[in-house]
Amino acid sequence: MWIAVCKYGELEPGRGVAALVDGAAVALFRLGDGSLHAVGNVDPFSGASVISRGITGMRADGTATVASPMYKDVFDLATGVALDAPDVRLPVYAVRRHRGVVWVSPDVTSGPAPDAELLTAATSAA
Amino acid sequence: MSPSLRRVLVVGHGMVAHRFVSSLLEHAQEGGRPVPAVTVLGAEDRPAYDRVRLSSWFDDRDPGGLHLDPYPEGAVEVVAPATVVAVDREAQTVTTADGAVRGYDTLVLATGSKPFVPPVEQHAAPGCFVYRTLDDVEAIAAYADGRKTGVVVGGGLLGLEAAKALTSLGLETTVVEFAPRLMPLQVDDGGAAALQARIAELGVTLHTGTRLDRVLVDDLGVARAVRAVRGEEVVTADADLVVFAAGVRPEDSLARAAGLDVGERGGIVVDELCRTSDERIYAIGECALAADGRVYGLVAPGYQMAEAAAAHIAAASDERAFTGADTSTKLKLLGVEVASFGDAFGTADGAMAATYSDSRRRVYRKLTIAPDGRLLGGILVGDADDYGTLRALVGEQPPAPAEQLLLPAGTAGAVAIGPAGLPDSAVLCSCHNVTKGAICTAIHGLAEKGTEEVTPKQVGLCTKAGTGCGSCVTSIKSLIKASGTGGSSGLCEHFSQTRSELYTIVRRDRITTFADLLARHGTAARDVSDGCDVCKPAVGSILASLGGLLAEAEGTGRKPHVLDGGQAALQDTNDHVLANLQRNGSYSVVPRIPGGEITPDKLIVIGEVARDFGLYTKITGGQRIDLFGAQMADLPKIWRRLVDAGFESGHAYGKALRTVKSCVGSTWCRYGVQDSVKMAIDLELRYRGLRAPHKIKMAVSGCARECAEAQSKDVGVIATERGWNLYVGGNGGARPRHADLLATDLDDSTLIRTVDRFLALYIAEADRLERTATWVERYEGGLDRLRGVLIDDAEDRGADLEALIAAHIEAYTDEWRAVLDDPVKLARFATFVNAPEAPDPTVAFVPERGQIKPLLTLGRR
Repeated sequence: MWIAVCKYGELEPGRGVAALVDGAAVALFRLGDGSLHAVGNVDPFSGASVISRGITGMRADGTATVASPMYKDVFDLATGVALDAPDVRLPVYAVRRHRGVVWVSPDVTSGPAPDAELLTAATSAA
Repeated sequence: MSPSLRRVLVVGHGMVAHRFVSSLLEHAQEGGRPVPAVTVLGAEDRPAYDRVRLSSWFDDRDPGGLHLDPYPEGAVEVVAPATVVAVDREAQTVTTADGAVRGYDTLVLATGSKPFVPPVEQHAAPGCFVYRTLDDVEAIAAYADGRKTGVVVGGGLLGLEAAKALTSLGLETTVVEFAPRLMPLQVDDGGAAALQARIAELGVTLHTGTRLDRVLVDDLGVARAVRAVRGEEVVTADADLVVFAAGVRPEDSLARAAGLDVGERGGIVVDELCRTSDERIYAIGECALAADGRVYGLVAPGYQMAEAAAAHIAAASDERAFTGADTSTKLKLLGVEVASFGDAFGTADGAMAATYSDSRRRVYRKLTIAPDGRLLGGILVGDADDYGTLRALVGEQPPAPAEQLLLPAGTAGAVAIGPAGLPDSAVLCSCHNVTKGAICTAIHGLAEKGTEEVTPKQVGLCTKAGTGCGSCVTSIKSLIKASGTGGSSGLCEHFSQTRSELYTIVRRDRITTFADLLARHGTAARDVSDGCDVCKPAVGSILASLGGLLAEAEGTGRKPHVLDGGQAALQDTNDHVLANLQRNGSYSVVPRIPGGEITPDKLIVIGEVARDFGLYTKITGGQRIDLFGAQMADLPKIWRRLVDAGFESGHAYGKALRTVKSCVGSTWCRYGVQDSVKMAIDLELRYRGLRAPHKIKMAVSGCARECAEAQSKDVGVIATERGWNLYVGGNGGARPRHADLLATDLDDSTLIRTVDRFLALYIAEADRLERTATWVERYEGGLDRLRGVLIDDAEDRGADLEALIAAHIEAYTDEWRAVLDDPVKLARFATFVNAPEAPDPTVAFVPERGQIKPLLTLGRR
């Protein structure tokens, strides 16, 4: 099931928004390179629903990240894993862009990243 | 056989003596020379043992584990216990306590040092110990049995070792240190703060800046407590057992009695070959005052002296001459890694420092750098894994910028330079002076010989590297791992510049976006299109500080808002929404109340807003009112009410000017000599919204009674009969610092001009998240130069500095009002992008004392 969340153009590069997807708070990011990422909005270290208000970043190896504004823990946006505490992770949601609209799937993907097909769809749909 | 080699007599049998004897035998063996007749007289009734690891005796209580390698069978005569009581230089004999007399051709004094016990009352009472020998630790352990409390006098390296020992014996332990911080010789204030926080967590009570006054004894004269003094305050601590570990003094009494030259403050004077004023007598280790005028209390320099003396005695070689050693150390104290190397305090001319500090993880790292970029030294607390590599880089141009080397592994932007990135000439093992090149040669040699798995131990057998203090074993391991595969990538990301350098670049090149700065001056690979949570807020702050000047240069006159376009994504936690994030994800709101002066009508408005939005209210320490528990979506509504009533943002969320606290001043107060309230309001309105590397607090007191506590602020102003005294660099918080008096009796306009310049200089030159206190403390040239720049305009920077403030004032607008006037910015305050008005279900409250408090459902840190 895919839920339309907002227009792609409403998203400011690097600044996240929170969305309500089937009752769950999801943090949604559009990065500087245009890619989309969706992870759980609740910071597992504090319990506060604030991940969307964190600062995005990119490591030298190309890993896209977000730092929680609460205690600055950094999470891998592709896997949800906290970089300094690999046993802690945010749920990762599939996200795609179709006809200028951003869609999020409430089915939490357990794998490391949304599947390749989806990523292709997200980048090719203008 | 050279006459000097016939009979070598060594007094003392510690680690340095052991090294000397081993080295002497090796020289004889290598050169095919005759083996000397070596006699060692040891004071302790034991073989030589590893005193550095003395504390590990408490782990298994087996002294055998500490014994150093025995000498080859029959090569050395060891006499112990044997205390030498006299040296007869003419007869070339020594006399031991039992009356025996022995002759020598060469005498080597390796008598070490004696613990310094402060001469306080009852320092020798039963229950008082020193911490130097195996006998000492055995006695401490026996005495501690069944006792409850212990005090260690001395918070240096030895003192903390002793504290660890006492805690492992189950004693409630207190450390009393005279210096204002722990390990004053090895770490600076920042390092000590991290160390102290960690040690306090382990349950050890610390009293720094505290002088031991006396040991308190019971009716039987047995130690029960200590009394100490900190400033005016008297501190007492229960102490069934007291350990003195407050430093050591060279044990030079034998040399003194024999008429050898000794230093004014102790230590047997020796030359670079470790010869004393009598050419038949050498002195090595802690008892010697080395040719560079220092007494070394560490084992590595002692070993080097031993090598120097052995080479000269055995082979008349001066190749190992001891001209000085650095006092780099790395240890694990109470589970905390502490390392200090090279010019750790940056005392060299023009030395600069880069620091990384994470008080949450208790990590502190500092590197000192020469003006030409060479690494001078550093301090690492809490994370010292790359000590070996960094120490070996001292004197070299590091392969990556210091800021990146500082970041602990795993942090965004950190660059791990393994030892593979070091030049071959870098000394990895400083105990044995072994270079990286020699280690690599040994690794390759072993591999060529067909060794299947090269180990650090094998490398140690070939080169001695890693067999001393062991701190370089990690580096050796990674060289083994890297052998054949080459060095590290050297790739780094984001910025190689310091915050101050970036500030200069942004100002010079009129850069207005993070993306532009990253593209033009970043070090990242082309496909790394984003910064991180360290550089983005730092650049965001620089762009905000320079916003006024940039607007002026562009001729727009309109200062960019921190939530404008590209800047919005750079703003950290609080600046992100212009309010203070609280632990449950709600925010607090602080309207500006300049000088703490507020009309009843405005007070009523604040009360009404708080009531209508259900906010918890509290008077702050900065003389204003904080409203807590606001949902993000409610922030614009709350601001609307406040702005309409004439309030504006108080910038409680920003790394910016917070408030200017003041006393009531001459208008009302019987003692006030100036109008401190007016001055506070003037200052607050002048600098409101000025972004800086960290928050700035100010205060103005109307007389010398100092009711506004100005001396604890970044900028403090105290009224005098003739004007104002200006203080800078004060700090409250975890590490309070009294501000320094910068200038006296200034008139209003001179005061303001000087504060303008001070703030602009701080903004231009401080590190990321560096408060004025640390910046002033480390300011190159000290307070005198600062005075020159700020007051006398000695470096012709005054106009440039004032221009920044003038442009800021010109372009100032209220940040809250600007959001209310801009639908794009307002839209960002939606709780959910697809349900803007839905409340955040994780934000909930319960009542307490008539107000709300957060309802916390998940575990917290």
